[in-house]
Amino acid sequence: MARVFARAGYHVFIHQDYESRVRGGHNFFQIRFSDRPIMASRRPIDIVIALDRPSITNDQENLTASGIIVYDSAILGQTYDGPEFFNVPSVEIATEDGGSKIMANTVATGAVLGMLGVELTIFEDVLKGSFAKKGDAVIRQNIVAARRGHEFARHHCTRCAFSAAAVGKPLLLIDGNAAIGVGAVMSGCKFYAAYPMTPSTGILNYMASKSDQYGILVEQAEDEIAAINMALGACFAGVRSMTGTAGGGFALMVEGLSLAAMTETPVVIALGQRPAPATGLPTRTEQGDLLFALYAAHGEFPRIVFAPGSPEQAVYLTNKAFELSHKYQVPAIILTDQYLADTQWTYGGFDLSRLPYTDYRVRGEAYSSLPEYKRYAFTDTGISPFAVPGDGPHPVVADSDEHDEEGHLIEDAETRRGMIEKRLYRKLPLLRAEIAPPVLYGNPDAQTVFIAWGSQYGVLREATERLQEQGAAMLHFTELYPFPGTEKFDYLAILRKARRTVCVEQNATSQFARLLKAETGFSCSATINKYDGRPFLLEDLLGELDAHLG
Amino acid sequence: MPTLADLEGRIPAWCPGCGNFGILRAFKQAMIELKLSPHEITVVSGIGQSGKFPHYTKCNTFNGLHGRTLPVATAMKLVNHAMPVVAEAGDGDCYGEGGNHLLHAIRRNIDVSLFVHDNQIYGLTKGQASPTSMEGMMTKINPHGVVCEPLNPMVFALALDCSFVARGYAGDSEHLTRLMKAAINHKGFALIDILQPCVTFNLVNTYGWFKQRVYRLGDDYDPEDKEQALQKAAEFGDRIPIGIIYRNNRAPMNDRIPLIASTPLVKQPFEPLEVAQTILNDFF
Ligand SMILES: Cc1ncc(C[n+]2csc(CCOP(=O)(O)OP(=O)(O)O)c2C)c(N)n1
Ligand code: SF4
Repeated sequence: MARVFARAGYHVFIHQDYESRVRGGHNFFQIRFSDRPIMASRRPIDIVIALDRPSITNDQENLTASGIIVYDSAILGQTYDGPEFFNVPSVEIATEDGGSKIMANTVATGAVLGMLGVELTIFEDVLKGSFAKKGDAVIRQNIVAARRGHEFARHHCTRCAFSAAAVGKPLLLIDGNAAIGVGAVMSGCKFYAAYPMTPSTGILNYMASKSDQYGILVEQAEDEIAAINMALGACFAGVRSMTGTAGGGFALMVEGLSLAAMTETPVVIALGQRPAPATGLPTRTEQGDLLFALYAAHGEFPRIVFAPGSPEQAVYLTNKAFELSHKYQVPAIILTDQYLADTQWTYGGFDLSRLPYTDYRVRGEAYSSLPEYKRYAFTDTGISPFAVPGDGPHPVVADSDEHDEEGHLIEDAETRRGMIEKRLYRKLPLLRAEIAPPVLYGNPDAQTVFIAWGSQYGVLREATERLQEQGAAMLHFTELYPFPGTEKFDYLAILRKARRTVCVEQNATSQFARLLKAETGFSCSATINKYDGRPFLLEDLLGELDAHLG
Repeated sequence: MPTLADLEGRIPAWCPGCGNFGILRAFKQAMIELKLSPHEITVVSGIGQSGKFPHYTKCNTFNGLHGRTLPVATAMKLVNHAMPVVAEAGDGDCYGEGGNHLLHAIRRNIDVSLFVHDNQIYGLTKGQASPTSMEGMMTKINPHGVVCEPLNPMVFALALDCSFVARGYAGDSEHLTRLMKAAINHKGFALIDILQPCVTFNLVNTYGWFKQRVYRLGDDYDPEDKEQALQKAAEFGDRIPIGIIYRNNRAPMNDRIPLIASTPLVKQPFEPLEVAQTILNDFF
């Protein structure tokens, strides 16, 4: 259904709420669509499609004055009275001429589109696409089912006053996980190893689905320790590689992260946060692993930590993570969470020319013609040439022990000092110079500045737009480490000028506010914390923000 | 073709008389006989006395973490199956810390050769028991002797139908060279458990102890006979056979992936402009 709206040119935002079980439980999607760009879920609901009774009890209170609850009394085993209820006998319609019960879904979708006054042509195209593999007969049956549902709604929904004709060019619909996948594939990622863990399994699925088409080798590792070690082995052998996990799996990867640093082997790690400690709430959301991602692993070394706020940012930042990780030979972490991983957004397209690909490896002729080679040669930038083993006549030697320029293990103090200076002191300032500053949305002279990082972007941005008249602006951070300086944009001046600075985070201990203070000395005047595992809905956040506007 | 001089590495920091010297000698000889120059083979090692091994010769080297040689080696083989990949590990390294990876390397049957320097003790950390230490062995942390039965890696590998299962002895480098060559030439996962005297910490399983027990499997021994192999694998006491105990020809994982059937992944080009033309189609 969401795809129909997107193809009709509507901006769509979908958020998923599901329990950690395979069948049953109360699960829902919220689909919001609009003719203007949107980036959050709202509390009021116009149409509830109730597939179980809890949908009715949970959502009735959020129904708008003219809202409608669509249900099938045959599925719910009960009829409801009241002007807001609309009984669509989808199972009965689907099975009318011996059709299959599964098509009740198609009937229901047809009915809702009928209620909204949306023509069926786009849905019919979507059905043709989805069932292409199943053959013409299945497509035809589904189209008939959709038409019957549509007609039923046109005739029987007396309260339906919606009219949602197509508004423009089709938009693409993408979730955060797939966006990371797109960014990775476009960055030349050729090897993805992971152990399944919500909320990052979607990346593994996406990469596997593109394996044949784009030549990506995807391996389900025996555990996360293997996953990161595989990613490092693959990179050493000559291709770009990546792994993805959640906090628990990342905990197992930590020694490997340190190995990446010591051997200067690039790796990109997608870390999808979920409420913890331990197993926590597997299918829910939190921003509780920021400081863990920043400080995980023994030893001192530079790393890259990016936290996209939307699928679009995820595409670009995944690319930037690959580019910087390979340019500087340091590990990069893309920090998302269940909310961003699973929400779907619409866009006109992405500017794929903004996704550079530079092969930093020394390979082929460039390597075979070198008179000598040292994997960890001291250079002004701290970056040593990284050759592809086998391409040239010199062996490539990497070591997790402290090592000399050739990669062989050493004990002496002088070489140790030199290597620390190379890996850390020389690279870090160069890496820091590549970091983009946070983005200000709104007036630089705002009295109130809301601060957010990562996935709070969408909901806070919509909220801030509504509070603009009351002097609010928003500062959003995505490139978190190395922490952005003020050379390119003096965001600290804006924060210092504001009367109120409120940091909005989905965790209990204001990890970003603390990081900001540690890196810049700036203390926010207030924080808003949410740690119930559920994302902010627009109205709820507005309520909280209002309290700070004074 | 490399000469011994081409394979000269750093000066080993092993104790004089350590079994690792015999393994190093056998390895260099195998490289010479296989005509593999230093850049034509990759050795992945872990941490322990055996982990230092590749530094003492010349080869592409990834000296990674304790216990984690096999995932690194597996990925290397998947990315570049034209390159022979050898993993060098200690008994603590790969039967203890990295046991899980061994199980899965055998299951995948990745075309990697694993040479385990099995000294039945933790050498680098100065003499604790390892998974292959014999029952009753006294160590600082086992004042009453080791109370568990040792792992028999040959029986373990055989039970998982590992495609090449061999036992070697550091005191018989000539024989070990042959085993190493056979393992590297074998298409599939090959395990050689190499009995390696640790002259400093293992005062039970000494050269003398092995000399009384170790014997070569004869030419009439058929390594494809699994039942007989099980018997030989279990033989570890008064008599210890060395040689190829078991071999089968299960197809290696890297031969079963269509994506890399014709060209190694590392040689497959990436064309960003081509990918850009289609990658967003799924989302409309
Ligand atoms: C994660 C981790 N745990 C512990 C160690 C310490 N450690 C280094 S080598 C080793 C065991 C050595 O025994 P073995 O693997 O049998 O190799 P050997 O030194 O006997 O060749 C241990 C426990 C380590 N390096 N890393
Ligand atoms: S401690 Fe044992 S294994 Fe280590 S070098 Fe000495 S003899 Fe060899």
